[in-house]
Amino acid sequence: MAAQTRPKRPFHWHIAVFLAPAVLVYTAIMILPLAGTLQLSLFRNVDQSQVFVGLDNFRTLFGDPNWSVNFWNALRNNVWFFIIHMLVQNPVGVLLAALLSSPKLRFSAFYRTAIFVPTILSFVIVGFAWKLILSPLWGVAPHLLDFVGLKSLFTPWLGKEQYALTALSLISVWQFIGIPMMLIYAALLSIPEEVIEAAECDGVTGLSQFWKIKLPLILPSIGIISILTFVGNFNAFDLIYTAQGALAGPNYSTDILGTFLYRAFFGFQLQVGDPNMGATIATIMFLIILGGVCVYLFLIQTRLRRYQF
Amino acid sequence: MTTKLLTALLLGTSILGSAGLAHAADVTLNIESWRGDDLAIWKDKLIPAFEAKNPGIKVVFAPSAPTEYDAALGAKLAAGSAGDLITCRPFDKSLELFKKGNLADLSALPGMENFSPVAKSAWQTDDGKSSFCVPMASVIHGFIYNKDAFDKLGIKVPETRDEFFAALDKIKADGTYIPMAMGTKDLWEAATMGYQNIGPNYWKGEDGRAALIKGEQKLTDKDWVAPYEELAKWKPYLGDGFEAQTYPDSQNLFTLGRAAIYPAGSWEIGLFNTQAQFKMGAFPPPVEKAGDTCYISDHTDIGMGLNAASKNADAAKTFLSWVASADFATIYANALPGFFSLNSAPVKMEDPLAQEFVSWRGKCKSTIRSTYQILSRGTPNLENETWVESANVINGTDTPEAAAKKLQTGLDSWYKPAK
Repeated sequence: MAAQTRPKRPFHWHIAVFLAPAVLVYTAIMILPLAGTLQLSLFRNVDQSQVFVGLDNFRTLFGDPNWSVNFWNALRNNVWFFIIHMLVQNPVGVLLAALLSSPKLRFSAFYRTAIFVPTILSFVIVGFAWKLILSPLWGVAPHLLDFVGLKSLFTPWLGKEQYALTALSLISVWQFIGIPMMLIYAALLSIPEEVIEAAECDGVTGLSQFWKIKLPLILPSIGIISILTFVGNFNAFDLIYTAQGALAGPNYSTDILGTFLYRAFFGFQLQVGDPNMGATIATIMFLIILGGVCVYLFLIQTRLRRYQF
Repeated sequence: MTTKLLTALLLGTSILGSAGLAHAADVTLNIESWRGDDLAIWKDKLIPAFEAKNPGIKVVFAPSAPTEYDAALGAKLAAGSAGDLITCRPFDKSLELFKKGNLADLSALPGMENFSPVAKSAWQTDDGKSSFCVPMASVIHGFIYNKDAFDKLGIKVPETRDEFFAALDKIKADGTYIPMAMGTKDLWEAATMGYQNIGPNYWKGEDGRAALIKGEQKLTDKDWVAPYEELAKWKPYLGDGFEAQTYPDSQNLFTLGRAAIYPAGSWEIGLFNTQAQFKMGAFPPPVEKAGDTCYISDHTDIGMGLNAASKNADAAKTFLSWVASADFATIYANALPGFFSLNSAPVKMEDPLAQEFVSWRGKCKSTIRSTYQILSRGTPNLENETWVESANVINGTDTPEAAAKKLQTGLDSWYKPAK
């Protein structure tokens, strides 16, 4: 054995020690369960014992019409859920933030708080409150519409196949609009005064100042919000479950990946839970979200221009 | 330090204490249950009645939360710490426990002869040879009506379907009341209070149910589609916006006196008695012609079995025989009106509405919900699909034939009847 000639670099123990708590906690509560889910999706319960079946569960999910029809339906609904958020929640969030950051607005702290409050409410409260508001029997919605002479516009939205999902998406938008508003608001506030002043000197004011100066500066924040919305929407479950139940009626029209996963994994009523198929769906959800995040990170974020001040 | 010691001491005494109690009183039986609501009835009525007759046996009722029950019971059984007596869910969940050897065979238990085959069917192997739980209670479907409304409008209690729809027409024409309180938002109302309520009259109760399981009949047959055709006719009689009406909404509509007829399960009796300010009556699902045999859904809901690993099997069997007796049935049925004893011996009940419901057993033939035994084991799940399709039929988004076809196709995809 040759003696070591090169001087050995000292191992920085303190780095490992300082990293350890975070790594351990993250591994225990995120990485291990994730690995467990992926593993579970490769097995199947045959005669009370787990048997390795390779990708058979995925074949069932995409090949067996009993599963695939429900899966594609859930994915389609989920995409629509996401589109509504992107079209309504984020533009309105930006608009609210722009209004709030206007120095002329009075009581802006009050509005800010009021709009943000629903975000911290529990899903159960939001689902239940909106179910009551929209109830054809005791809800205020039919009365309010009656008040302005538009009673004919009222339908039991949550009970109609063609409206239920959109109605729920809008409820979710109502609940979470505070998040994009706050993030954009913070981004708008961080734009340095000098930039604004320089713009004003050049005669760029008002609306064109927003489009030409502020919006490009907050684009990275909008990107972050989009990706947060994407992840949140494809993981959504609670609102549908509390408002429509696990069967996501009527006729599965509000079934999204989260509720589909819930029924498969835990079962429902007489349906016995199947953890393996549940894990398969969870894996697909993970891949969808991973794919979306990668697209954002590698295709969009790298192209966003950042400005250093 | 002292607190820890104290905790340890307290814990120790609680374990030793109960052990000591068991020793002194010879045998203590623990009952596993999800019916936390019934704790007072067990403690104050049922257990004292049993202990008075059987000195030397103590019984403790130890319920857990309904949503946790199955998981908790499974864990306890695996660990060997489960109670001696186990409250049984109907059908597959208990059957699975029996197959795993957690529940003892009770076919030979004295008292089992007090129950009809339908009553026992929820806790039997598929071939019907071994029974593993003593049936405790069932719920009966029918219609509860607002007696004051019927009197005011001069409507007779309908016996045939024509009379039923004539009554609905009359209520609708009058306009004071919503003819029928039911919504489709929660889906199960449409299936359980709708399809499974009126269905047995069409498919002839047990005959049709057995034929469906054997594969001799299909859900697309006339007898199984006809209830959907009737359900489709219900739509104009339901309240405004019934598509978004939930189950509690329906209950409130009826108990507030705004609706005249409520497609019901007997479990509503207790709640309705306390909430409704008007007189109520009940009638069974109407038949086609006066004098036809009527069929009712008398659905087995709760039973009790013996933990196969119990060290006190003999005492537990004594208790189960008592649960199978008329004594138990009388106390239980009166304490919980609407949960009817499955005992063949007639039980005297005080509640008039409950009496009305149970009187149908005398003139009608009993059956259970068609989707519960065997047929809901696969994917797609027949019971869940029945919920969805029943709501679709009432909403008018599926025709009766289309709904039946979807259900049968789903069932065919995994269920192969034994030939």
